[in-house]
Amino acid sequence: MMPRTRRARTGTAALAAVPLLVIVVFFLYPVGGMIARGFWPGGSFAPRAVLDVLARPRVHQVLWFTLWSAGLATAITVIAGVPVAYVLHRLRFRGRSLLRTVVVLPFVLPTVVVGIAFEQLIRPSGPLGGLHLDGTPAAIVAALVFFNLGVVVRTVGIFWEGIDRRTSEAAATLGAAPFRVFRTVTLPALVPAIVASASVVFLFCSTAFGVVLTLGGLRYANVETEIYVLTTQDLDLTAAAALSVLQVVVITALLVVASRSRRDPRALAQQVGAARRPRRGDLLLLAWTAVVGIFLAAPLVTLLLASVRTDSGWSLQYYRALQSTGQDGALLVTATSSLLHSLVIAVQAAGLALVLGVVVSYLVSRPRSGGGSRRLAGLFDGLFMLPLGVSAVTLGFGFLITLNRAPLDLRTSVLLIPIAQAMVALPLVVRTVAPVLAAIDPRLREAASSLGAGPVRVLLAVDLPHAWRALLAATGFAFAVSLGEFGATSFLARADSPTLPVVIYQLISHPGPLNFGMAMAGSVVLATATGLVMLLVDRLRVGSVGAF
Amino acid sequence: MAEQDGARDGALAVRGLTVRYDGVPATDDVDVDVPAGSVTAVLGPSGCGKSTLLRAIAGLEQPDAGSISYAGADLARVPTHRRGFALMFQDGQLFPHTDVAGNVGYALRLRRWPKAQVRSRVEELLELVGLDGFGPRMPQTLSGGERQRVALARSLAVEPRLLLLDEPLSALDRGLRERLAADLHDILRRAGTTTLLVTHDHDEAFAIADRMVVMRAGRVVQAGELAEVWRQPADAWAARFLGYADVLDGDAAAALRTVIAPEEQWTQIALRRSALVVDPAGALLGTVLAARATPDQIRLELEVDRVGRVGAVAEPGSRAQVGDRVRIGVRTDRVAVLPGTV
Repeated sequence: MMPRTRRARTGTAALAAVPLLVIVVFFLYPVGGMIARGFWPGGSFAPRAVLDVLARPRVHQVLWFTLWSAGLATAITVIAGVPVAYVLHRLRFRGRSLLRTVVVLPFVLPTVVVGIAFEQLIRPSGPLGGLHLDGTPAAIVAALVFFNLGVVVRTVGIFWEGIDRRTSEAAATLGAAPFRVFRTVTLPALVPAIVASASVVFLFCSTAFGVVLTLGGLRYANVETEIYVLTTQDLDLTAAAALSVLQVVVITALLVVASRSRRDPRALAQQVGAARRPRRGDLLLLAWTAVVGIFLAAPLVTLLLASVRTDSGWSLQYYRALQSTGQDGALLVTATSSLLHSLVIAVQAAGLALVLGVVVSYLVSRPRSGGGSRRLAGLFDGLFMLPLGVSAVTLGFGFLITLNRAPLDLRTSVLLIPIAQAMVALPLVVRTVAPVLAAIDPRLREAASSLGAGPVRVLLAVDLPHAWRALLAATGFAFAVSLGEFGATSFLARADSPTLPVVIYQLISHPGPLNFGMAMAGSVVLATATGLVMLLVDRLRVGSVGAF
Repeated sequence: MAEQDGARDGALAVRGLTVRYDGVPATDDVDVDVPAGSVTAVLGPSGCGKSTLLRAIAGLEQPDAGSISYAGADLARVPTHRRGFALMFQDGQLFPHTDVAGNVGYALRLRRWPKAQVRSRVEELLELVGLDGFGPRMPQTLSGGERQRVALARSLAVEPRLLLLDEPLSALDRGLRERLAADLHDILRRAGTTTLLVTHDHDEAFAIADRMVVMRAGRVVQAGELAEVWRQPADAWAARFLGYADVLDGDAAAALRTVIAPEEQWTQIALRRSALVVDPAGALLGTVLAARATPDQIRLELEVDRVGRVGAVAEPGSRAQVGDRVRIGVRTDRVAVLPGTV
């Protein structure tokens, strides 16, 4: 390796300073400020109060519910998702691309929309009303599974593609029957991907907000919704801070587990397990994939039906009503104007997340020699993963209470929401782009510079041709996520310029059939928009999208 | 050209095998026999369908036509894991999550052997492949040659009815390849394992096998005993693929024939480079076009009168220079008469 020159090191430090500054100001500071409020109630340090919160029976109840609902949902997601990962990543058949999109779609759907869709499915008069799931934890768990299946399928599936098919074939010729091959050869090889995806899914389940808020009602609350209730309704910031601290600790531990088990990104470069046509032995797995497909499609179809079924038969009345402010003035602005606002914000947030994400990805994917710099890169990488798990509610509320003083008085800034959403999308951009950059053989860059290319020229000649698809896919992914973001936005959106997910929540919170129908129509519009973006993203065939 | 006694010998018989990928045949009406106890090599350039043949025999590809039988029993409905054939890949494909002993003992544990017996059989196998004491090592810590030995031991563990080797040595560097080829030859004979080997390297085939099947573009060109195939290549292409340096026909072949066998009728002949030797008593005359010294001999390019441009050798002491006129002798045990056009 070339000795790193002082100038190169200064350049790297300067480059790292930009995202570091952003994450400190717009993530650590607001979250820290929110937590500090709890520890310093009324200005004096009182940690006892925080500890006392943890002794409350209500808090125990919330913690217990969070743990078991997230744990159960994670287990079901993994068990249901692994066979689907096989079918969608090791077999080749018509409609595979569409199915892959259907599987990832729920992940970017607005959580509020997912909640409403499930509510439609299981309400007493709904298609599954006979199962009496309405208002039960089963509905919440099912919605969490729905939301996170894509994470398991993508993460495990991409990893599975990298496993050489011939290893299992060798086992088969040694006399192992198919299931035996899976248990003794394939499963041990998949463990890192399964652990990584399971820890990320657990993280998402335990911090789920919109789904639990819409389906849990007053009876079932997890830490995230409890923080919301404590902050906005009970105004008990001490208790909210206590729960936030607990959440940060647990999430940091989970992220460490996930990154430990994450595979060497270089494995992405070798696609050795080429997909093959299905055989008779795959029938059971194909059938299971169909069942999962139906499970994923059912809430969406129900949503679609609810949006066109009115008292006077089928009609597009609710869609037309999106140009209004709803029944009894439920909204301050029309739903269509909020959609436009959402799109503008999503473009801004995606752009911001892309710029920051590319810088972070570039820095964490550089090949390095020393153990010290490798640890530093790991720390850097972990820091930018934090927004993945920290309560969006904490982030949103933290923005409100910390970014209200000069020179950081951003309460009225139009960039407040895009910045918050960019923080939420940033880890996803890094997870999409960094593995692709890391998979570039460093000898290509060395060859280019030995031929006389300067650092910028190397980036243009080597990195960009490899990474442009990933950049485009990451942008689309960030756009879709930001379009559906609800947790942080619900705090920050001003009454006169809400985003569409906020409007949808306002509509279902108000009584009246027109408001409800408009919420359905708005959800369909939002789901269609994010779905189209994800379909385009899937066309780019970037393996790392949605994988962890 | 395949022998029809395979089935009677109680070993593998492939008849009329055709495997298509998206309609394109990878193997086309292929017949292959592997007599019991023999080591048969399928030799062919990459893309000739030899690996597909091996995968179909292992049950990993579905034939579009033809049959595969073992000891007279058809295998069409027998899944891979019930065939009792062990397949060893180019790069070993060791299971990365378990150690060498775990890899070697895999098939034994599948068959629920008692632990103590597994342990002693694994030790025995590691000794057979020259890796005593490697049991606790992890696959990632082994060199390429060691991995191949472990893969071999793993394949031999349950004494397969048929051992299938897919380019077993081509991932290794040259010195190691030669050493391991000799070892493989000995190990297979000591174990008495019926073996089918595919390779693109004729040296590898000669070093390990005693029978050979030559394939080209999905079809079998020639099959038989190793020495027989080597002595009598089926055609010019096969001769070149088997390592013959030059093939002469027409006037060039006739000119050579009048020198070495005026009473014979052939019209096409393949020459190994060492068939033509600079020899003051030789019957042919030629001009040296290029000369390159190697440790064992001097390799020459010659323009031989009436024969044309051919490769030849000279003793290391010879002082043949570019432009020299030299006399050349023919070593008739280094040539092969081809059936060709008569």
